[in-house]
Amino acid sequence: MANLKVKAMGMEFKNPILTASGTFGFGEEFSEIYDLSILGGICSKGLTLNPKQGNKGIRIWETPMGLINSIGLQNPGVEKFIIEELPKMKKYNTKIIANLGGNTSEEYLKGIEMLNETDVDIIELNISCPNVKCGGMAFGIKSDVAYDIVSQVRKACKKPLMVKLSPNAENIAEMALACEAGGADSISLINTIKSMAIDIKKRKAVFDNIYAGLSGPCVKPVALRMVHEVANAVKIPVCGLGGIMTATDAIEFIMAGATLVQIGTANFIKPDIAVDIIDEISEFMDKEGINSLDEIRGII
Amino acid sequence: MIVQKSKILENNLISNKIYKLVIEFENSEEVKPGQFFMLKTLDNSYLLPRPISVNDVNKNTITFLYRVEGTGTTIMSKMRENDQIQSFGPLGNGFDTTKLLGHVAVIGGGIGIAPLMYLARKLGKNADVYLGYKENVYIAEEFEKYANNTVIVTEDGSIGQKGFVTEYIDFEKYDVVVTCGPEIMMNKIVEKCREKNVQCYVSLERRMACGLGACLGCTVETVNGNKRACKDGPVFSSRELI
Repeated sequence: MANLKVKAMGMEFKNPILTASGTFGFGEEFSEIYDLSILGGICSKGLTLNPKQGNKGIRIWETPMGLINSIGLQNPGVEKFIIEELPKMKKYNTKIIANLGGNTSEEYLKGIEMLNETDVDIIELNISCPNVKCGGMAFGIKSDVAYDIVSQVRKACKKPLMVKLSPNAENIAEMALACEAGGADSISLINTIKSMAIDIKKRKAVFDNIYAGLSGPCVKPVALRMVHEVANAVKIPVCGLGGIMTATDAIEFIMAGATLVQIGTANFIKPDIAVDIIDEISEFMDKEGINSLDEIRGII
Repeated sequence: MIVQKSKILENNLISNKIYKLVIEFENSEEVKPGQFFMLKTLDNSYLLPRPISVNDVNKNTITFLYRVEGTGTTIMSKMRENDQIQSFGPLGNGFDTTKLLGHVAVIGGGIGIAPLMYLARKLGKNADVYLGYKENVYIAEEFEKYANNTVIVTEDGSIGQKGFVTEYIDFEKYDVVVTCGPEIMMNKIVEKCREKNVQCYVSLERRMACGLGACLGCTVETVNGNKRACKDGPVFSSRELI
C-alpha cells in the first residue's frame, strides 16, 4: 500500500487531498456519506468577521464543463463558526483549515485574532473571492497590495498561513512571490475565474452582480499552468486546485509542483469523490512503483 | 442518503416531454413523499447532477417523472432499461404527513404534479386533489385512484375544467393545503391561504449544485433568515416564506 503522507507548513498530512472552501460547507453534510477522517484536510466555507447573507438572485449556473457561482460568501461569521462549527469539525482526525476573507485589513486582523485562540490547524487567507463588492479579490490583483495585507496578517497570525490566490492576479508568479515575502507559509491556487453569463431571452446578465466565479473541469488547464508557474517561483509549498475531478487530475497538479491539492466543484458532482481520488492515487502509486509523492512532485 | 450506481428498470416518454424513470433502490420504504434525488448519467458530457423529485415508491424501486428541459435531462432521456445512473438520495425534508391532518387539498401544476403523487397515495381519501395542466394531462388517473376527489383543469379546457386550477378551489373547506408547481400558481395559493387563515405547505424548486446543503446555491429567503431549499426544504410552511 502506497504511502500518501506529505509534509507541509511544519506538519504532516495523511494524504494530499483537502476539500476546497465553499464546496464542502463545514463538513457536516458530507459526514453522513463518508468518514471525513480519511481526508488530508477540510477547508471551511469562506468566513468573514461578521455574518454575511450572500448575494441575491441566481447563484448557480452551469456552463459546458463548468460551474459559475455567485454565492457571495454567505457565512455565519467567525464567532459563530468558532462556537458552533469548529467543535464539530474537530471530531474528525484531519487538518482543519479556516478560510478567512475580508473587506478591510481591520476585518482580516480581527478575524485572525479570534482564530488564533482556537484549535484551527491552518488559516487560508482568501484574497481572491470575486463575488463580493470591493471584497477579498481587491487584495488579490496587485502584488504590492497583497504583500501589504499578507505581512500585516502574518504579524498577527499565530497559525500556519496559506494564502489563496486569484487567477485574476496581474502576474501570478509575482503575486505568489509577494505573498511569500509577506510571510505566507504556503500558497493555494486557483480561486474561481471571473466570468459571466447572459440570458438572451431576458436580455439580461444571469447574475445580479453581473460577474461571477467559474470553476470545474473547464478551468483545470489554466489552474495547472498557474500552479506550475507558482511552484517554480516560490520556495514555500503550493496547494493546487481548479477543476480536479479524478486522481489523474490530482497527480497532474502534484507533478506540476503542488504538495497539497484541493477538491472543489467535484464534491457537487459526486459527493464521495474524495474517497475515490484518494484510493486511485494510492493504486496509481502502487502500479507505478512510487513509494512517496516526493518522487513525482514538481518533475515537470 | 447514499451515492450509488442504480439500475434503470424503465425510462419512457409518458406525455409531451415528460419521462417516467424507474430505478432499483434498496430500502425504498425509507423514502418520504416530497423528497428528491440528485441524478446524473455516468457519461461526462455535462457536469451537475439534476435534482429530481420522487414520484412514487414501491418495493425496491423509486419512480421519477422529469420534463426534458435542457442538456442534462435530454441526455437522461436517452438512457435505456438496464443502463446505470448515478443516484444520490433521498434528499430534503419531504412532506411531514403527521402535520397533514383533517381535510387536505393537494394542488399541483405542470411538472409540479409529479412530486405530489406519492403524497396523495399516502393521504388517500383525506385529500382532494387539484391538478393544473397547460394542455397535456398526465398521471391524473393515478390521483383519481387514491384521492377523495380529483379536479383536472387545463388552460384550454381540452380536458376537465378550463382556466387555472386556483379558480376551482374553495380554500375555506380545508384544514391544510399542500402545493407544488409554477411560482405564479403557488404565490396565488399562498396568498389565498393567508387570507383564509389555512395552513399551507409549499414545495419549492431551485437551481442547485450539491443537493445536500453545502454549496448554498439554492437559498430561500425566509422570516428566519436564509434557508437551503435542498436541505431545510424543499417543503416549507408558507408562514415561513417572505
